Amino acid sequence: MHFRTNSSDGKRVSVAKFPKDGPPPITVKDLTMAYGTFVLMREINFTVNHGDIFIIMGGSGSGKSTLLRHMLGLIEPAKGEVWYGDFNFTKAEPLQREEMLRHFGVLYQGGALWSSMTLAENVGLPLGEFTDLSQAEIREVAALKLALVGLKGFEGYYPSQISGGMQKRAGLARAIALDPEILFFDEPSAGLDPISSRLLDDLILELRDNLGATIVVVTHELASIFSIGNNSVFLDAESRTMIAHGDPKDLLAHCTDHRVQTFLTRGGSEAEKSARTHG
Amino acid sequence: MRGRGTVGLRKTPLSDRAPKNCATVHRVLYCAARMQAVKQSLRSGELSFARSDNSTLVIRLSGDWHLRHGLPEPELVTKQLDIAPKPTKLTFDAAGLHDWDSGLLTFLIGVSEICRTRKLPADWSPLPEGVRGLIQLAEAVPEKTGARHEASHTSFIETLGKEAISFAQGLDDFLRFLGEVTIAFGRLAVGKARFRRVDLMVVIQDCGADAFGIVTLVTFLVGVILAFEGAVQLQQFGASIFVADLVAIAMTRDMGAMMAAIIMAGRTGAAFAAQLGSMKVTQEIDALTTMGVSPLEFLVLPRVLALFLMIPLLCVYADCLGVAGGAFVSATMLHISLRTYLTETKNAITLTMIFGGIFKAAVYGIIISVAGCLRGFQCGNSSSAVGDAATKAVVTGIVYVIVACGIFAVVFNILGI
Repeated sequence: MHFRTNSSDGKRVSVAKFPKDGPPPITVKDLTMAYGTFVLMREINFTVNHGDIFIIMGGSGSGKSTLLRHMLGLIEPAKGEVWYGDFNFTKAEPLQREEMLRHFGVLYQGGALWSSMTLAENVGLPLGEFTDLSQAEIREVAALKLALVGLKGFEGYYPSQISGGMQKRAGLARAIALDPEILFFDEPSAGLDPISSRLLDDLILELRDNLGATIVVVTHELASIFSIGNNSVFLDAESRTMIAHGDPKDLLAHCTDHRVQTFLTRGGSEAEKSARTHG
Repeated sequence: MRGRGTVGLRKTPLSDRAPKNCATVHRVLYCAARMQAVKQSLRSGELSFARSDNSTLVIRLSGDWHLRHGLPEPELVTKQLDIAPKPTKLTFDAAGLHDWDSGLLTFLIGVSEICRTRKLPADWSPLPEGVRGLIQLAEAVPEKTGARHEASHTSFIETLGKEAISFAQGLDDFLRFLGEVTIAFGRLAVGKARFRRVDLMVVIQDCGADAFGIVTLVTFLVGVILAFEGAVQLQQFGASIFVADLVAIAMTRDMGAMMAAIIMAGRTGAAFAAQLGSMKVTQEIDALTTMGVSPLEFLVLPRVLALFLMIPLLCVYADCLGVAGGAFVSATMLHISLRTYLTETKNAITLTMIFGGIFKAAVYGIIISVAGCLRGFQCGNSSSAVGDAATKAVVTGIVYVIVACGIFAVVFNILGI
């Protein structure tokens, strides 16, 4: 995956921001999240490798989305750092951060499409801001991105004119507008029916496989966790820290922590549930 | 077992309040109502207490326990537990219990709380299985320490202090935000700021042409009111013609700019706050930030610029409409011709007054738009927070406009304008 940046002679060139032989694209070091004096999570440490689909999981209120907002710089950590490759994002100046953020794509829970713009304008905005493409070229690329998420022909629609699932897909089209190397998804399955949810999971896998993107997904949908995730961190609200880290399937098979097992088996195995009901 | 008293859920049956000396028809109706009440009493739940031995209190539940019949106080149980010899165990007798709903559960949860506080063992087994299951469910997850909001009384002085700190903090936020907007304007001046021109045009239309109707109505009426109040007084001295001076000077110096500002604070300032607040709730502002686009430049700059450009025009328009309102009153009430009125108006005002008013309006425009955008950015993450943001935008805008007006009055006086 390549990005366009300005070279010294003023022409646009393509450079890899996170080369595969370089450091891991995302490293979270000793992160503490707090609201004022209330510590939400502490000592969060993990690494996301190239091509990972990394799941941030945990129960409701455990701070999954808050962790994502810390990783995106929307909230400042009380302690610790977030590194992208060899770039210390937490300690960076605002302009350097802005530059780095242009290499990310983010899909928010509700799509977060700009309601005053059509879908094509939503997707075209980052292209217009950060490339030298002409308006006609921007329209073409926007149409392509919308086609990639199954929204061909909806270019002129406003967000209010399409369904929630379509809004999410349009949000995804906007997130991949600049071909980012890292994609963040905040609860992509929330509010979707099982089929739409499955289609979105397939789309995430396609993006990883075909674009080579590293993907971070915040979710508590078990079906999604097991079908797309190959690495994960488990946040526990009670102990206020991460209590497991690794492939979700490995965690299910080998993790001995009952909190992780309870979560990954929807409250315990069928045998345990049966025993509880009748015992 | 010996009974210790019975408590009905309905404290005062309706039939008991019927008049005693009534006519025959009324008496028949009263008797019918009384019978109905007896039936209801049989159906509604009753609570009584007994001792199976000196150490065990039996809570006897009978009849139908429904929310609509009311709830007995759990303190009745406390009183029974305090009667000597004090029971060391508690049990229930639910043989006479018919139908029940959340009313019974609420009472029993209260009893359970009393038992827990007094460390009194209770035997719940005589209760129906459904009741036991629901009580178990309600108590399955223990109360989280520190989760409950403690009711606290705040003294007047404390409230006053908090409000003062909040006002100072609000002023600090406003000035900080104004500084950021100024920097963004600096970037705009050197061609580095990024926003869509179409957005600017839409906002210009919204706070310019679309506001003409309300500005016309309000400022014409302000002119009428000023002229009418002035005419009543000036007529007594035979100085009716000076109504034109009064209206013209008042409108051009202050009222034109002020009325345009107050209208725009209520109309456009609130709209800015609501728009940006909604965008915050739906994470549209986060989406801009994480795309590396400055929300301040993309969203705030076109709004501030549009109001800064449009409000002086609205001020001039308001001045004209105010004068027109004065002319209308003068022509209809004082019988002053339009030509005479306009000649007097022309003699009364100077270009300095007109441009002074326009300058004030431009400053008010910046204040209103910055207040609206700031409140939008400060909006919480709920739909009610959007409404609060709009309200705060209007209040902040109008308060700061009035403060600015006072400062202008002093400064213009010193400068002799």
